[in-house]
Amino acid sequence: MGRLGTYLTGLAIDGFISGSSQLEAALRFDLTFAEVEAEILELGFWPARYQRNRQSITCEGQLDLLRNTAAVIGCGGLGGYVIEELARLGVGRIVAIDPDVFEEHNLNRQLLATLGNLGEYKVTAAARRVRGINPVVVLVPHRTAFSAENGRELLAGATVVVDGLDNIATRVELIGICGELGIPLVHGAIAGWYGQVATQVTGDGISRLLSCAEAGGRGAETLLGNPPFTPAVVASLQVAEACKAILAQGKTASGRMQTLNRLEMEFEEIRL
Amino acid sequence: MQVTVKLFASFRTGRAPIELCEYPDGATVADVVADKGIPAGEISIMLVDSCHVNLDRILADGEILAIFPLLGGG
Repeated sequence: MGRLGTYLTGLAIDGFISGSSQLEAALRFDLTFAEVEAEILELGFWPARYQRNRQSITCEGQLDLLRNTAAVIGCGGLGGYVIEELARLGVGRIVAIDPDVFEEHNLNRQLLATLGNLGEYKVTAAARRVRGINPVVVLVPHRTAFSAENGRELLAGATVVVDGLDNIATRVELIGICGELGIPLVHGAIAGWYGQVATQVTGDGISRLLSCAEAGGRGAETLLGNPPFTPAVVASLQVAEACKAILAQGKTASGRMQTLNRLEMEFEEIRL
Repeated sequence: MQVTVKLFASFRTGRAPIELCEYPDGATVADVVADKGIPAGEISIMLVDSCHVNLDRILADGEILAIFPLLGGG
């Protein structure tokens, strides 16, 4: 065991190392918070912030989360909650993509929108939020719209992609690019009291789930709007899917889509 | 012939969520959609007995047709 390992072992209490001890170690050994966290987990100890992750995620799994990257496309209703949960979960790198600034009509549902940051880029607010939650997480902000032209470059290095887009046409492009790159994609979409979640792993394209019966169709959200409770629940389901995709644990919603009806509290499963 | 029509999410507004309906032989999914007053441009998934179908699918007696709206918000 090296000097850092010996030092950390001396600071562990019941297998946990506090955030202040982690910071002290980073300063003493001139390392980043994330580098110290990796060493803590490699030693089989737990950063104290993850005490309640521990019963659901192994120490090795927590290290996997730290070493992997999730790309979040869209930082609005779904994306805001997705980024929040990925940061608290401990995913080491989050690539956040959104061209927009916060507007007043975002305040009803977008976790990252506040009275104080109206007019600010959503990805800038996301980076600040993540820094305030978990210092090991690096959020890479992209103030741009995801497209067929920039998509491959933006997704390079991502372990998993989470769909927080607000339109169907770009989603279809995202599905195609993720399939081409072989990166798992966790799709989510919302409208009113209703939502849906599906996970695409290589070779089981989910574009059929977003195809319209008639050309030029529009999503129900244009008529139903987006109340606050639907993005929160759909985003949480997406983060659970992304977590499983990174950890190769459990059973993802691959090959099927879960639809949610919050008005009548119903779930339906649609097979691809 | 009789077809069970199941509607989901916003398509239930002002319509029965599940209904046994009478249609002439040869009726298609498009005929049911028109009968229910659902704009085809708002439909995403259509299933007959859990298999994906298109608007031109001819229905048979006793089948169950399920129709889901297109969701695109985020």
